[in-house]
Amino acid sequence: MTTPPASQGSYGTHHGPYDDDGDQPLVRPYAMTGGRTRPRYQLAIEALVSTSVEPVQLQGLLPEHQRICQLCMAEVKSVAEVSALLAMPLGVARILVADLAEAGLVAIHQPGHEGEPGGQPDVTLLERVLSGLRKL
Amino acid sequence: MVAGGFGVGKTTFVGAVSEINPLRTEAVMTSASAGIDDLTHTGGKTTTTVAMDFGRITLDQDLILYLFGTPGQDRFWFMWDDLVRGAIGAVVLVDTRRLADCFPAVDYFENSGLPFVIALNGFDGHQPYSPEEVREALQIGPDAPIITTDARHRSDAKSALITLVEHALMARLG
Ligand SMILES: Nc1nc2c(ncn2[C@@H]2O[C@H](COP(=O)(O)OP(=O)(O)O)[C@@H](O)[C@H]2O)c(=O)[nH]1
Ligand SMILES: [Mg+2]
Repeated sequence: MTTPPASQGSYGTHHGPYDDDGDQPLVRPYAMTGGRTRPRYQLAIEALVSTSVEPVQLQGLLPEHQRICQLCMAEVKSVAEVSALLAMPLGVARILVADLAEAGLVAIHQPGHEGEPGGQPDVTLLERVLSGLRKL
Repeated sequence: MVAGGFGVGKTTFVGAVSEINPLRTEAVMTSASAGIDDLTHTGGKTTTTVAMDFGRITLDQDLILYLFGTPGQDRFWFMWDDLVRGAIGAVVLVDTRRLADCFPAVDYFENSGLPFVIALNGFDGHQPYSPEEVREALQIGPDAPIITTDARHRSDAKSALITLVEHALMARLG
């Protein structure tokens, strides 16, 4: 996993894009994902998404695919951040990110439980997290 | 994961240590499901949304810790099941004026086997009970650490996280 230079640019809003009353359109995102409501493989909510595509490679992609690539270009983002920052339900973000991964346009990193969602974080990861927290 | 009853300080805790203002993601659940009583009907399908606040701490150049506040409604267990996968552990916040509010979270983590710590959030500026009194009252086993905290303070939230990761590490090595 490599982290591109930090950029705070995409965190402009104080709260997430949703209102508490949850009145965002539900139909369109699912239509956009071709009626699929389940990704072909289940991405962890904390899975990291990065991309090194050139802007020219984005031409012809769905606008939502383009926005995900643009978001993850500046800085690596989790699936949760893709969902929150692009105002799409978590399930939709999972499907769209999985599409991009399948097309080779983004890389997915799920550290500590090597490609096995559901695995517990390993001891090495826990030790790194602990020493990172102590240094904060 | 940061869990506990409604208004116990979960979002406050996440915001205190996160490097970004807490973000909100929503999950949509489709189809009728037992236990969900707040349903909207859309085009013949039954959907309900559940919101989660989360924050982010960059610990190292290639290491990012995400903090997820559990959905306020304890009945959205499907979302907890999703969060618990790959999680290091949980901080269960407890408002000492409303001890029983944390029961669903404690039961959930005991059953799932996820390491957790109990953090007593003293709202009135003091802690009316000692950790051992709370352990007794809540029937918490001897392993789970019980600490006091003020969810508004970064240093308190940070040390709660350190206690949790130490505990998770002990659980893995023990
Ligand atoms: N006095 C005091 N107030 C707190 C503390 N933690 C949270 N609060 C307040 O309690 C309210 C509910 O907190 P919030 O984080 O939204 O609770 P949540 O529902 O668990 O996310 C907010 O107004 C906070 O400012 C604390 O440690 N002490
Ligand atoms: Mg909250």
